[in-house]
Amino acid sequence: MNIRRRLITVVAAFAVFAIAVMLWAPTVGSTSISLARAFDRTIPWDSNVDAQIFFVARLPRVLAGALVGATLAAAGVVLQALLRNPLATPFTLGVSAGASLGAMLAVTMKLELSLLGITAIPLASFAGSLVATGIVYALASSQRRGLSTNVLLLAGVTLNAFFSALILFVQYLADFAEALRAIRWMMGGLDVADYFPIIAALPLIFVAFAAFAMMPRTLNLLSVGAESAAAKGVDIVPAQRLAFLSASLATGAAVSLGGPIGFIGIIVPHLVRLMVGSDHRIVLPASALFGAAFLVLCDLVARMVMSPLEIPVGVVTALIGGPFFLWLLVRKS
Amino acid sequence: MPALLWADNVSFRYAAGAPLVVEGVTVRLSDGALVGILGPNGSGKTTLLRLLSGTRRPSSGRVLLGDRALDQLSRREAARQIAVVPQETELAFEYRAIEIVLMGRHPHLSMFAVEGPDDIRIAEDALAATGTSHLAERPFHELSGGEKQRVVIAAALAQSAQLLLLDEPTASLDLGYQLEISSLLLRLNQDHGVTMAISTHDLNLAASICRELVLMRDGHVLAAGPTAEVLTPEHVKALYDVEADVQVHSETGHMTVVPVRRISR
Repeated sequence: MNIRRRLITVVAAFAVFAIAVMLWAPTVGSTSISLARAFDRTIPWDSNVDAQIFFVARLPRVLAGALVGATLAAAGVVLQALLRNPLATPFTLGVSAGASLGAMLAVTMKLELSLLGITAIPLASFAGSLVATGIVYALASSQRRGLSTNVLLLAGVTLNAFFSALILFVQYLADFAEALRAIRWMMGGLDVADYFPIIAALPLIFVAFAAFAMMPRTLNLLSVGAESAAAKGVDIVPAQRLAFLSASLATGAAVSLGGPIGFIGIIVPHLVRLMVGSDHRIVLPASALFGAAFLVLCDLVARMVMSPLEIPVGVVTALIGGPFFLWLLVRKS
Repeated sequence: MPALLWADNVSFRYAAGAPLVVEGVTVRLSDGALVGILGPNGSGKTTLLRLLSGTRRPSSGRVLLGDRALDQLSRREAARQIAVVPQETELAFEYRAIEIVLMGRHPHLSMFAVEGPDDIRIAEDALAATGTSHLAERPFHELSGGEKQRVVIAAALAQSAQLLLLDEPTASLDLGYQLEISSLLLRLNQDHGVTMAISTHDLNLAASICRELVLMRDGHVLAAGPTAEVLTPEHVKALYDVEADVQVHSETGHMTVVPVRRISR
């Protein structure tokens, strides 16, 4: 039994799959293009239509899908271990509701601000996710020394409901066009026009993934129980803080890029666990890679199924995810 | 003999303003000791074990590991010397038994390290010592109560710690498993030189394997010392409000406790 070799082999297999999907997806669409031609440097850019479609029209969207999918799936893994609950999602703790409220307010108040070229809606949604994270964190920390995962869960669920009520209220006051625009955002979409929004979200997601990289063995121990993890050498409170804050930060960044795309954070980790077991050293990187491929494929379905009409990718993931979630519940009991 | 682990007049409350659940307790574990901690529900046994393992810090008093204060050690350092078998192990995800046992190597591995041949050999030895080698590849949640408990003990052994603290290791097990676990613990103590403290409700288990007892009630130590001196009808009565007959069993040579009647306080 060589554990290192198994880790590398399994993660490499998932990486190959993810890269293959990301290369193939941009070739599919209303105009089909050739990958070989798109990468052929001997054809001048101006006359290489395949390359233009690949790099300008489709690749940004695929990359956005991959980044959002990887982030939501990995954040789901971290939060499920932290809360010791396999049915938790990156949105369980209120991050997405906070982000949606932020986006909603930006739309209805017609905010025109921008920071470093990032426009109002992503900025406001990220701010909203930070506010939600801050509130949940403060509530869970206030009880006693440390972080209560029970309070974390209850506060998150309650905050989700409360923010949803505020969203409805703001929506009610908004005019028709604004409300429609906000609802459309909340369905989640990867209609990214260029590379800039992706680059803007990258630093935060990179920081979160650096934190994730330190965690896998700790997540294994946390999922066995906090008391037993402490007895095996885990500094519980710092570990829980790092897990919660990095997963929330990553989720906030992903949502500001693609909207609150549901179910990725629960379907992907579960499928991965069914395939490779529960060791987080495999589950975490494999989920990130599989999440990237999965969301890119869902977006492909969203682009193609009613072509030329595009349906929001969040609708596709919810249509797949809802029944899947119920199946998981039934399978559990 | 110098104490390996020494709780010196420790008190503990779970939150400011809450009542003390452990109050002025002194316990010494010398090298090679096998100590039973007895007491009714809520007497502070579990909390005392948490203080001894360093997963909680005493509100007052101190815990010494050798000549060092336990709270000066990092969690990792402490876990290399003190292993704990918790009362219950409830997994959030499905792990195989060997994966659970390998988790015991955590305090010996740096952040990005992966278990090497030595770690795997230690885990396999721990499985062998607890008679669970044949269960290594089985999913933990499919094991019986006694098998689970033995795998959890193996995970604690894999920490290669000289001290093992067990919180009611036989609580939910049937008679056969109780006997199996108690003989396993005795063997680990005698053959592998593991120093142990065991909290338990089972007076007869404690009487049959523990050489010393600590009796706790309402967060205080009622009596402590060699089993034969401490396990008396008077102490059982003071501990549980139960009149009991304490005898030496003719066949096993162990002390046995037969409860006779409950008396009102």
